[in-house]
This record gives sequence, C-alpha cells and structure tokens, in this order.
Amino acid sequence: MTGRRFAEIRAQGRGALVGYLPVGYPDVPISLAAMRALTGEGDAPGVDLVEIGMPYSDPVMDGATIQKAGTRALQRGVRTADVFAAVGAVAATGTPAVVMIYWNLVERYGADAFARDLKNAGGAGLITPDLTPDEAQEWFEASDAHGLDRIFLVSPSSTDDRLARTVSSCRGWVYATSLMGVTGTRTQTSSLAPALVRRIRTLDPEAMVGVGLGVSNGAQAREVAEFADAVIVGSALLNPLLTADDAGRPEDLSGLRTVVADLAAGVRSGTSLASQGLSGS
Amino acid sequence: MPAVSLPDATGHFDRFGGKFVPEALYAALQQLEEAFVAANADPAFKTELDELLADYTGRPSPVTEARRFSEHAGGATILLKREDLNHTGSHKINNVLGQALLTRRMGKTRVIAETGAGQHGVATATAAALFGLECRVYMGKVDTERQALNVARMRLLGAEVIAVDSGTQTLKDAMNDAMRDWVASVDNTHYLIGSVAGPHPFPMIVREFQRVISTEARAQVLARYGRLPDAVAACVGGGSNALGIFADFIPDTEVGLYGFEAGGEGVDTGRHAATISAGEVGVLHGMRTFVLQNADGQTSESHSISAGLDYPGVGPEHAWLAKTGRASYEPITDSEAMDAFRLLTETEGIMPAIESAHAVAGALKLGRRLTEQGVEKPLILVNLSGRGDKDVDTAIEWFHVDTHGDSSTGAAQ
Repeated sequence: MTGRRFAEIRAQGRGALVGYLPVGYPDVPISLAAMRALTGEGDAPGVDLVEIGMPYSDPVMDGATIQKAGTRALQRGVRTADVFAAVGAVAATGTPAVVMIYWNLVERYGADAFARDLKNAGGAGLITPDLTPDEAQEWFEASDAHGLDRIFLVSPSSTDDRLARTVSSCRGWVYATSLMGVTGTRTQTSSLAPALVRRIRTLDPEAMVGVGLGVSNGAQAREVAEFADAVIVGSALLNPLLTADDAGRPEDLSGLRTVVADLAAGVRSGTSLASQGLSGS
Repeated sequence: MPAVSLPDATGHFDRFGGKFVPEALYAALQQLEEAFVAANADPAFKTELDELLADYTGRPSPVTEARRFSEHAGGATILLKREDLNHTGSHKINNVLGQALLTRRMGKTRVIAETGAGQHGVATATAAALFGLECRVYMGKVDTERQALNVARMRLLGAEVIAVDSGTQTLKDAMNDAMRDWVASVDNTHYLIGSVAGPHPFPMIVREFQRVISTEARAQVLARYGRLPDAVAACVGGGSNALGIFADFIPDTEVGLYGFEAGGEGVDTGRHAATISAGEVGVLHGMRTFVLQNADGQTSESHSISAGLDYPGVGPEHAWLAKTGRASYEPITDSEAMDAFRLLTETEGIMPAIESAHAVAGALKLGRRLTEQGVEKPLILVNLSGRGDKDVDTAIEWFHVDTHGDSSTGAAQ
C-alpha cells in the first residue's frame, strides 16, 4: 500500500515526503485541519503520506517538541478513538494516512479492534515506536487479518541479524531512524543514515525506506531524498503550531503551511539517486 | 549465585516482562545481558563484588530482633534485616556496585540513573565516584523538592542532577528522560536502572544483585532461631528490595511472602501507588506488568508520601508472583506508614525510610492477623530497606515536630 505509493513517487524521480502531526493538538478539530493542510491545498504540493501521532503519557522515543504537544493534547482531552477521525479526515483528501502509536494504547484498545477500526476509517497502517517484531505476535495477526501495513523501526545500532528480521517483518516500508536519539529538529542531517539505508537495501533491494529523526527544512529533506525513498518530518511541522498556540492563535496554520511548502519543494528539487536506475524505464 | 530459572530466554515471566523498547536500545540490552552472563560465570567478578560488598558497603547487614516494637504486633516477633546500615543508607548500593562493575567490563565511561527518593541516585553517584565514572541522575522535579538533602548529596558526590519537569514530574518521568538520554548515548553510557523494572535483562540483573539480602537473612534466621520465618515482608514500589529479600525464600513454600504497596490516601480515593492491588495489565517502561492506567491506557498519576514508592508500574516478576499466588500484595496508607515510622523510631531507636515504614506497618498488621489465624508466635522477617534521615523534613511536617522551641520532647501531636 504505502510502499507502492513510495515506489510510484520514486519513479517520478523524487523522494516521498511523510509529515507527522499529533491528533488533538492544539485541539482535535484544529489538528484535523492541520493534517489537511499538510496534504497541500489547491495547487500547492503537500506531503505524500500523513503520519498521525497519538499522544501518550510516556513517549520515550520523543523529544521535547512532541512531548510538549502531546502533554497538552492529553490535558485537553484527546482520546485514542480520535485517531480514527483524523485518519478519516486525511483519507478524504486522497492522501494516505498511517498512525504512529505506543503499544500500550493499542493493547488497551484491543489489537484486533484497533486494526479493524483503523482499516474502516481508511488508514493504511501503523508505526510502532516501542514495539519490535520480537513482541509483536498479536500485531502480526491483527495487521494480517485487516490488511494493514506494519512499519517497524530500525536503528544505526541494529545488528545485521535484527535488521534482517525487522526488514522482513515490515510491510509497506521500513522506518530508519537516522541517528541515535529521539525525535526533534537538528541543524545537520545524520551521517549514519546513508549507511543504514545501504545496509537495508543490501538485505532487500526491493525494500522501501523512510528516513526520520532530525530533518528540519527543505534543504535537509532534499539531502535525505537523495538516498532514501521517503523523508519523515515531525517536530519541524509541529513547531509553528506550538508557536501559534503560545501566541494565543491556535487556529493559525499559516506558519505550518510555510514549512510544508519548503519541505515539499525540497523533495522536488533534488535528483533522487534512487530514481536514476529507473529513469529509463 | 543460584541458577536463574526465570525469566525465560526472551525475558518473560510467563506473560509479564519482555522488551518493549525502541529498536535503538536492543543492541545495548543484548550487550548488557551478555556482559552479565559472562560476569556471572567469572569467579574473579564474584570475588571483586563480594569484596566491595564486605569492605565498602559493610555487608553482611545484621538482623535485629525488634523486641519492644514486637509488643505491638499481636504476639509476633519482628526481625529487621538492616539494609539501612549499608553505606549510602539503603539496599540500593548492592545493585549499583554490581552494575558499576558491569559498566567497567563493557568499557563504558558514563552512567545515568533515575531516582525517586534519591536513594538509588545517591548510590549511583557514590559508585560513580568510586569507579571514576561520569554520572547523571534524572529526578522528577517534585521529588527534588521533597528530597532536597539527597539532591545535595548527589551533587557533592560529583553527579549532575537533572530535575525533570515533564509529565507528572516524578519517578516515572525521570525514567522516561533517562531512557531518552540512553537512546542518544548508548555507545559510552550504561543506564543503571535501580529497580527490578524496565526491559529485560534489568529485572533479572537487579534481582540477582539484590539476592544477597535473602541469602544472608535466610542463613541468619536459621542460625539464630533454628527455623525459617513464617513470613517475609517488604515494601514494593518498583520492587527491588522486595525481590532481594524474597529471592532465596521463593522455593520455601511454607514461608509467606508479602509485598506492601503505597496505598497513599487510600486505594478508594484514587490517590495511591498500589499498582498490583489496583492496576491492570499493560506495558510501561519496556515491560508488560501491572500499570495504573486510564481507560485508554494512558498512565495514571500515582501518589504516595514516599517518593521511592511513587511509581505507577511494578517489576514484572512481582506481577508474576502475584498472579501465581506465591506472594501477596496489599496497600499501606500514608498514615499507616507514618504511624509505623514513629512507632519503630520510638520503640527501637531505628528511624526507617518512609518506604521501609510501609513494610514495618505491614508487618504489624500481618503479625496480628497470623496470630488470629492461630499461628503460634509467628516469626516475621521485614526488610528494613533504608534509613529515614532523608525523610526528616517530611516527618517534621507530618507530625508537626517543633524544631524551634525548647520543648523537651521536640514533638507535638
């Protein structure tokens, strides 16, 4: 599903752009509007896939920006079920949506029920930051039963054995964390990411790879799109929403639109190395 | 150390435990497990650890018969395993020294730790000073305020103390921040977890380093009384002191094992940290265990007068011991714990940590109950896991102790 979408975009000679925003921040309705804004409005290009984050009380994979938004969203009453409304809102724009969620929330909802409701809402799959294939038996079954992508994370520290196992457990694409760290913007792109993507491609030349953590702007997105199939951006999209919220204008999405435009232009400005082999086909 | 039967090879105690962590940490958990297994098989490691425990910590810790205190326990005899007499003032140092040796074996130069009451943080800062390791301790902002003395101790020992202001600003958030640090620093840093909690292999490693408590106590009780105790009691937050004193007694099925959780203002008020008594199975901090959580699975805020027990999860082996019925867990309220704190102080001249006072209060109840059930002169072994110096400010406030006047007793009810 989402993997095929990445392949189509690669065939167009560019990398795909994945944009993360949490549901419920600054509140549920505005978060849905923000996600629609991510997908591009009118003729403006937007992201190719929306990653909908579900706020969690103990998000160990997330840095200060996403934590802050998540804490506020929980204080303002966001519920797990709001994820499905967000998925529906994104799916209605024609851009696919996946959900990023910590495992206890899925387990609590019921893995099969969650998969069913995600599928019914029009969702394409799940990213699980604290669930690896080792503990994922229930999720394998539920995602198979409902035909959902399952996107596990790999890391520069993953051993070859684990990398092989995780890549073969993924469906759709593989989420490569570009550095040893948590989410958040960085001033430079990671030097570890290209080698990690190469290791994945060596294991499985067909694997679609998204690279996340630390990408802040269009220029960095362009750099990453040179070697990966997709560029994942989160905190950089959230920052303008936090700024607007702090300024008492939570509904102001203009800052977000500016960042989206810059990132979308970034992935369109380079020459994707990945596409070069396909350019004659 | 005895053979380790559980957890299984993948770190599970039946359905509990496991490794629910970001992939980035898997390699480090693997490395730690390998280092632990290798160290366990290396006589030189055991010799070095035993020497440290004897010459630095002051082990073995004695067992004290609390005669005057026992008069309040319905005919039971209360024995105190004196972990409060260890260097740094609690059982935490046992595990810290073991993990510090592992840190050195892994060639790492920096340790990080989470702490609630500050006892584990102080122990970690102490070992870091002893081994020349860089040290950073994460502590909830709320806890840095109620345990200011321990913050000062850690800083004097050369550790950096980070006051964590995210989430509920207590132990669980300190643990989140320590894990975030570790994801980014795993190359040179060991995360020195202080409880039998977190992802595998931590629950197993910490239990094995705390096992010395029950190995000593079992032999001490047998030597003095010619029999095993009827019951063993400990307080349970994450549960390291409890597993330490339970471990060698687990095969002795005639010995009752009792864990006392923080009942806070009462389990029915919702303001407590009684995870096994009132929580539900879930995933938190890398383990499947009992978790205080809401209908969506968001972790609930826990409450306890004792910072060290103020944690909404519990070690997975305790979850398993509770599920199998091998151990029983009950809540003790703030007020019951503080009454026991005062009673032990006044009858024995031993001021327990408020954490340990939960076990002392539990033993009082247990003594009365066992006697009512017809057990003759029950012998109850309590793990006095730490001393109360750090809690004097809390006690001053709770008991309205007069610190300025010239009252001869220094206390006012």
